[in-house]
Amino acid sequence: MVTLEAYGNYETAWCPGCGNFSIQKAVKKALVASQLPPQRVLFVSGIGQAAKAPHYLNVNLFDGLHGRSVPVATGAKLSNPGLTVIVESGDGCNYGEGGNHFLAAIRRNIDVTLLVHNNQVYGLTKGQASPTSEPGFITKAQPEGVASVPFNPVAVAVTMRAGFVARAFSGLEDHLSGLIQQAIAHRGFSLIDILQPCVSFNKVNTFSWYKKRCRELPSDYDPKNREAALKVAEEWGERIPIGIIYRNDRPPFEDNFPVLQEGRLVGRQVDRNLLANVIESYR
Amino acid sequence: MNNTLNILIGGEAGQGLVTVGEILAKSLVRSGYYIVVTQSYMSRIRGGHNTFAIRVSTEEILAPQEPVDLLVALNDETLTLHQKELTPRGRIVADQGCTLEEENCLKVPYGHLAADKFSNIAALGVVCSLLGLDEALVGRTLEDFFGKKNPGLIEENRRILSEAFRWTSAQPTFAGKLPPLSNPPSRVMMQGNEAIALGAISAGLKFFSFYPMTPSTSIGLTLARLAGKMGLLVEQAEDEIAAINMAIGASFAGAPSMVATSGGGFALMVEGVSLAAMTETPIVIVIAQRPGPATGLPTRTEQGDLNFVLHSGHGEFPRAIFAPGTVEECFDLTRQAFALAENYQGPVFILTDQFLSDSYRSLKPFEVATLPPIQPPIDAVFSDLPYHRFAITDSGVSPRLLPGLSEYLVVAGSDEHTEDGHLTEDLSLRKQMVEKRLKKMDRIRQEVIPPERQGDQNPDLLLVSWGSSKGSCLEAASMMRSSGQRVASLHFSQVWPMVPEQFMGFLQDARQVVGVEGNATGQLASLIRQATGFEFHQRVYRYDGLPITPEYILRRLK
Ligand SMILES: Cc1ncc(C[n+]2csc(CCOP(=O)(O)OP(=O)(O)O)c2C)c(N)n1
Ligand code: SF4
Repeated sequence: MVTLEAYGNYETAWCPGCGNFSIQKAVKKALVASQLPPQRVLFVSGIGQAAKAPHYLNVNLFDGLHGRSVPVATGAKLSNPGLTVIVESGDGCNYGEGGNHFLAAIRRNIDVTLLVHNNQVYGLTKGQASPTSEPGFITKAQPEGVASVPFNPVAVAVTMRAGFVARAFSGLEDHLSGLIQQAIAHRGFSLIDILQPCVSFNKVNTFSWYKKRCRELPSDYDPKNREAALKVAEEWGERIPIGIIYRNDRPPFEDNFPVLQEGRLVGRQVDRNLLANVIESYR
Repeated sequence: MNNTLNILIGGEAGQGLVTVGEILAKSLVRSGYYIVVTQSYMSRIRGGHNTFAIRVSTEEILAPQEPVDLLVALNDETLTLHQKELTPRGRIVADQGCTLEEENCLKVPYGHLAADKFSNIAALGVVCSLLGLDEALVGRTLEDFFGKKNPGLIEENRRILSEAFRWTSAQPTFAGKLPPLSNPPSRVMMQGNEAIALGAISAGLKFFSFYPMTPSTSIGLTLARLAGKMGLLVEQAEDEIAAINMAIGASFAGAPSMVATSGGGFALMVEGVSLAAMTETPIVIVIAQRPGPATGLPTRTEQGDLNFVLHSGHGEFPRAIFAPGTVEECFDLTRQAFALAENYQGPVFILTDQFLSDSYRSLKPFEVATLPPIQPPIDAVFSDLPYHRFAITDSGVSPRLLPGLSEYLVVAGSDEHTEDGHLTEDLSLRKQMVEKRLKKMDRIRQEVIPPERQGDQNPDLLLVSWGSSKGSCLEAASMMRSSGQRVASLHFSQVWPMVPEQFMGFLQDARQVVGVEGNATGQLASLIRQATGFEFHQRVYRYDGLPITPEYILRRLK
C-alpha cells in the first residue's frame, strides 16, 4: 500500500497563495491513486518556481537545466523503461527555452508525462513575459505590452497528434489529480498544460479569472476526434475548456527499439564474442 | 625497389573515388602491407576536387607523405593540381583522352574497359595490377565491399577488374611497385572514428545520442549499424543540446553514455558539460575537430579546440582530456575515458580531428576477450543510512546509486545542493561542495597518462606533439636522425590535467624544444608554459586545413 506519507511533507519556497501548492497536492494524490512506490518514479525538472516542485516530494529526482528536462527524461526512460518518468516544470522552461525539445518529444511519443505549470509569466526571474503571455500583457521587460501571439501548447500538441493532451486548472485539484493519474497510465507522451495563477507577477490571469472561465468538457466529449479536439484546443476567452482534449494509441517510442524488448539497457553486459566477431569483420 | 609508396587518387565527388580508395586500401592491408590513409574532401556532394591518399609500406608507418609515387587521376583537374607532387620515379594513371605527353603517364582506355559508371572499378584494376596485387584477392575484397545482394553487379565488377588486370599486364611495369611480402601478418583496417565506436562498446557503452556534424558523424553511424547486434541504443537528437542532455539522463539512470560532435556542435553542448559536472554524472564527450571559428572549413582538419574544451562549461570543476594520436589510441583511450568518467563521476573528453577520424590504418585486431567492461553500480549496496548521493567523502567521490534499482531514492540537482541532492543556499555548504568536487582532481591526476618520449637522449631537437600530429613527428624525427641529427619526440595523448613532473626533465634536456600543432597559436605550448613557465624555442604550426606531414615539419625547421 502506497500512502500519502510515502511522498513526504516539505516546506516550500513558494509565495503564499501560489497555484503551485494545489498542483503539488494533486500530483501526490495521483501518485498514491496510481499506487506507485516513490522508488519507481523518476521526476525530471528544469529551472523556475515550478521546477522546484519535485524537490518537495520524496522521489527520485533529476533537476537539470532551464528548458532541458525533456531530453534528460527521454534519455533516462530509454535507459530504464521500468521507471515511471514525469517531467514537471514551467511554461517558460518547456515552451520557451525547451520549445524544440517539446516538439521532438511529441514526435517521438516517448512514454513520459509532462506537467507544465502554465502561469503565463516567468516567476523565478521576477515577472517577464513567457511564451504563453497574452498580447498587451505589461511587464518591466515588455513595458509597451507583449506584442507576440501566444504559443498554444495544447493546439500544437493536437496538431502533431500527441498521444495524450489535456488542459487543467490548478484550482480544480481533484479534476487535475484525475488527469495526472490517467496521463501516467497512458503509454506514450502525455501533456497536461496546467493553468496556474502567479499571485506575485501575473495580475491579469488571477485565480478568479481562471475560475470564472475554466469549464470541464462534457462527459460525452470524444477525445479521439481530432477535428473536434482542434476546435476545443483553440477555445480561449470567456470559456476555457479543461479535461482530456485529445488522445490516441500510437505505440510509444520505446517500442521501436528491439534492444529494449530484452529489458532495460542498465546492467546489460557486453557480449565479448559478438564484439570479437565485429572486430574480425574489419579484416 | 622501395619499401614505401604514396598513392594519390583524385577526382570529383560522385566519381566513386572513395570506393576505389577503400577497396584498394583494404586489398593492400589484406596483402599484408601497412597503410596510412588521408582523405581530403570538399563540403559538397557532387563535383569539386577530392583526394584519397594511401601511403603504403612493408613496414609500420604512422604518417601521411607528400610526394606522390602513383597519381591516379579520375579527372583532368587532378593532373593540374597534383602533377607537380610527383616523385622522379612517379607514374600517372589517367584516361586515354588526357593531353599529357609525359612518358610516365599510363593512358587507360576506360571507355573500352568499362561502361562509364564502372570506370572507377577499371581504375582500381589498373592500379592493383601495377602494384602487383593478387587479382583473386582484389576480387574477393570487391565482392565483400558490394555485398552479396546484387550478384549481377558483382559479376560485372569482376569482369571489368579482369579486363583491367589483363590490359595493364601488357603495359610497361611500374618501377616503384611494392616488394611482395612472403609471410604477411593478418590485420584489420579501421578509421579513427570506427575505433572510437568499438572502444566505447568494449567499455560498456549503452546509450549514444548525436546530431550529425562532420567529421564526427561516422562514430554515430558505426554505432547505429551495430546497435541491434551489440545491445545499445543510438538516437539522433533534435539538436546537440538535446543530445548531451539525453546522454546525461541515460547515464544518471545507469546506461554508460557518450556523445560525439565537432566544435560548432560542442559549442551548443557546453551547458551540458557543466550539468554533468554539477550532477556528477559520468559522460564521455568526443570532439572531432575541424577548422573554426563558426562553421569554418567543414571537411578539413585542425587542432584548434584544445583551449575551448579545456575551458568549456561555466564554473570550476575537474575534467580530463584525451587526445589519441593513432587509431589504436582511439580505441584504448576511449576505454580509458569510460573508466575515468565512471570512477570520478563527471565529463571526460576525447579530442580528435578530421585527419585521424577519417584515416584508415592497418592494425592488429583489438583483443577484447579479456578486456573488463566498466560497469555502473547496478547492485551496489549502501549500508550507511540515510543515502546521500552527494555525501562529502575524503576522495570527493560519493556513492553512486541508480534510480529505481534499490530501496533508496536518488536525487541530483543542477543548483548547488545538499548532500542529499536538494537545492540549498547554505553558503558554507556551498564552499564544502566546491571543495568536494575539486577534490576529484587528485584522483584524475594520479591516473594521468605520461607523455610518450622516443629518440635520442639529450637531443639537439625535441618535437612536442599532441593528438593526431604524433605520427608525423615520429617520422620527421627519425628522418632527421638518419641524417645524423640528435632528435627526440614527446607525444601527449592526454593533454589535461598536466603533471609537469612527468615531462619537465625531457623539456630541459633538449637544446631546442619545438611545438608541432595543427593550429595557429600553439595551444599546447601555451598550456605548458602556463603550467610550468617553460617557453618553447620554435613552433611548427599548420592551420590551412591540411594534416601535418613529416615533410611539412622538415620544411619549417630549415
Ligand atoms: C539557461 C538559463 N537561462 C535563463 C535562466 C534564468 N531563469 C530561471 S527561471 C526562468 C524562467 C522560469 O519561468 P517558468 O518556466 O515559466 O517557471 P516559473 O518560475 O514561472 O514557475 C529563467 C529565465 C536560467 N536559469 N538558465
Ligand atoms: S512568483 Fe508566482 S509562481 Fe513563483 S511562487 Fe510566487 S506566486 Fe508562485
